[in-house]
Amino acid sequence: MPPALELRGISKRFGQVEALAGVDFTLNEGEIHALLGENGAGKSTLMKVAFGLVQPDAGSVAIGGTAIRVGDPTAARRLGVGMVHQHFTSIPAFTVAENVALTAGWRLRPRQVLERVRRLAEGTGLLIDPTLLVADLSAGLKQRLEVLKALAADARVLLLDEPTSVLSPPDAEALLRGVQEFRARGVATVLITHKLREAVAIADRVTVLRRGRVVHTGPVRDETAERLAGYMLGEPMTGEPPRRAPAGPSTGEVRVRAEGLAVERLGGSGTGLRSASLSVRSGEVVGVAAVEGNGQRELLRAIAGLRRPASGRLEVARPSGFIPEDRSTEALIGEFTLTENLVLSQGHLAPWIRGPWVDWGRAERRTMELIESFAVRTSGPGAPAASLSGGNQQRMVIAATLERRPSVLVAENPTRGLDFRAAGEVMDRLRAAATDGVAVVVHLSDLDELLAVADRVVVLADGVLVDLPPDASREDIGRRMLGATAG
Amino acid sequence: MSRAGISRLWLPVLAVGAGLLTLMLGLAAGGYDPLLALAALWRGALGSPDAILSALLPRAIPLIIIGLGIGLAFRAGALNIGAEGQFYAGAIAATWIGLSLSAWPRPLAVPVVLAVALAAGLLWASVPVFLRLRFGVLEVISTLLLNFVAEALVSWMVQGPLQESKHIYPQSDPLPLAARLPQLPGTRLHLGLVVALGLAGLLWVFGTRTLLGFQLRATGANPLAAQVMGGVNTRRVFGLALAVSGALAGLAGGCEVSGTSFALFQSLSPGYGFTAIAVALLARLNPLATIGTGLLFAALEAGSSAMQREAQVPAVVVSVVEAVIIVAVLLADSAQRRRLLAEAGA
Repeated sequence: MPPALELRGISKRFGQVEALAGVDFTLNEGEIHALLGENGAGKSTLMKVAFGLVQPDAGSVAIGGTAIRVGDPTAARRLGVGMVHQHFTSIPAFTVAENVALTAGWRLRPRQVLERVRRLAEGTGLLIDPTLLVADLSAGLKQRLEVLKALAADARVLLLDEPTSVLSPPDAEALLRGVQEFRARGVATVLITHKLREAVAIADRVTVLRRGRVVHTGPVRDETAERLAGYMLGEPMTGEPPRRAPAGPSTGEVRVRAEGLAVERLGGSGTGLRSASLSVRSGEVVGVAAVEGNGQRELLRAIAGLRRPASGRLEVARPSGFIPEDRSTEALIGEFTLTENLVLSQGHLAPWIRGPWVDWGRAERRTMELIESFAVRTSGPGAPAASLSGGNQQRMVIAATLERRPSVLVAENPTRGLDFRAAGEVMDRLRAAATDGVAVVVHLSDLDELLAVADRVVVLADGVLVDLPPDASREDIGRRMLGATAG
Repeated sequence: MSRAGISRLWLPVLAVGAGLLTLMLGLAAGGYDPLLALAALWRGALGSPDAILSALLPRAIPLIIIGLGIGLAFRAGALNIGAEGQFYAGAIAATWIGLSLSAWPRPLAVPVVLAVALAAGLLWASVPVFLRLRFGVLEVISTLLLNFVAEALVSWMVQGPLQESKHIYPQSDPLPLAARLPQLPGTRLHLGLVVALGLAGLLWVFGTRTLLGFQLRATGANPLAAQVMGGVNTRRVFGLALAVSGALAGLAGGCEVSGTSFALFQSLSPGYGFTAIAVALLARLNPLATIGTGLLFAALEAGSSAMQREAQVPAVVVSVVEAVIIVAVLLADSAQRRRLLAEAGA
């Protein structure tokens, strides 16, 4: 039997960067194949080549034994390939059901569409109300819809580009269970992921890319997460991320003080922030643990000065810096250069501002310095922000945020979509900021990462903030996060 | 980089070529002599110093000034398609104030006339600004509809409060000399050209060298990022850009009354407010390029009347050329955007 998907000798350059260098990749019928690699290793590009979205410089693509014209985005779809992208691709003004019907090309009455989407949602465990407007969905629900859309078009080959990176642990588990059920029905799946545990748990085979080359491919049953990490990095990795030792009570000055704070909900879903009391001192990192939609966005954005409290008291030292979750829509303007993005983020207090004037030369020199000191991989300060990989974009965002010399730094899931090396670097930057006396408030959807970076953790469940003793166990925190969402 | 630079330079030329070619084919198919028509078009626009100074440049002045304002608004994401109405608001106000300034010294009266026209355009555009910011009414709709209101207002004015003292024709009395922009002797070219060129330079500096100009561009490119990362009050920037674009259209109306027509009447504008949208788009919203595209469209308009006179070709066919140019530019834009998207999909 021919393989479900076969890529031969795929090469692709983007300007100076060699994204893929002669990559071979084979997805057998009915298997789950994990595709691992650091940010910028070429995973997404390889799958976009397979799906016809990126025209490779060399190489061939065959689906189920049929060679397709490379760079034709309809050919793969016709042969039953579905893809879930890292970025959302739904139409905000349409309902869930309408988006699914559009992707799948159904010609049905609205009532039939609703019924079919409902059945599909139940059959896959991706529970979602088909009548909701996409604009009103949280990030987690939007991602759920993306997977649903890929499944709806009767796909025989599924390409999932980090499908769990924005999902809460129970949602992620439900999704992966769904993928396993599809294997039972003969669907072959490529799972791009950063989470080694996921790969080891559900994949049959694994391929590891490093800097555009295949460095390992083989069955998963012989592998451990540590060995896979070694392939990815080209060096052995030491075990699980450590839990940060509970620090003594911080003695810095109070920079954030909230009492009985309530904030109206953002967007159409979630609970909003109903009640939060906390204080954050200079030099400490406070982690906010919460499942998607439990008020953490509202809390963080209120502290960052972007949302007005509905009731309660909130005092925050200025200036504050904010790292928004969605890099491509909020943190950066993709078509603007790095220099322009830096100038935007610094406003009128920057040294290159004289009255109403911008000294672009000076701003560009500073951008160049930041590119160097934050090790951003880019062609230069004149490169559009969209041309950078996710990890390099985040380096630039953090550089810009710290450039404001903030008293308070608020970070909203800043490791989203980053591999563990890039994520670790982000966490190191947050720790370093705290060491410099900044009061840091951070939410991370990954609890292990949160425990590794935070001095203490508070839990938001159902919009209510619960302070925890510094020695609270991981299980206790997880229970509190989930317990309240069940109620 | 260099490839993109070349295509950006050649694109307008190719677009104009495509437009003229379409016109020739259409004329030939319709039984006209295309070469004769083209020669007349050329003579009317550029064939003599008089054509340039009295036909081309006076028409370019309103197109450039309005096009600059539209470019500013579009850059901020405000789709102002009500420049025609804002132009008339400025023209009405300029006529009204100009008629009462006959005793003033000219160096004082003319600036007052232009300032009042500017304010009237600003006021006219602040209605859509208010509707958008307060009630979320899309400015595309409100600015468009206010065009009809402005045209009706002119019609009433020239048959009512501003009608000439003899009450025969639907037009105003001629403006006193004190309220008229100085003209180059022996031509119809007036000082408004200097205003237009000065504004283009000013807006270019504003867009490329000032923080506010940059924030305006960011607001149009991604209002969410401008707000979250830049702390930009995007509502205010949006409203400001739309109001200023109205002010410039009003100023153009003032210049037209004070420099060219010296009176208010219906159809004072041959659709300047709409043609200027094409002027701004063809210039890619760049203020300096707006001078060039304004001249180009003025040449087409000026040449079209000569074409009608000499080759009996209806002047409206020139709008075919304009339409083809716009479509060609939009096509090239979307092709370029697709290519950029494909390349950014790394």
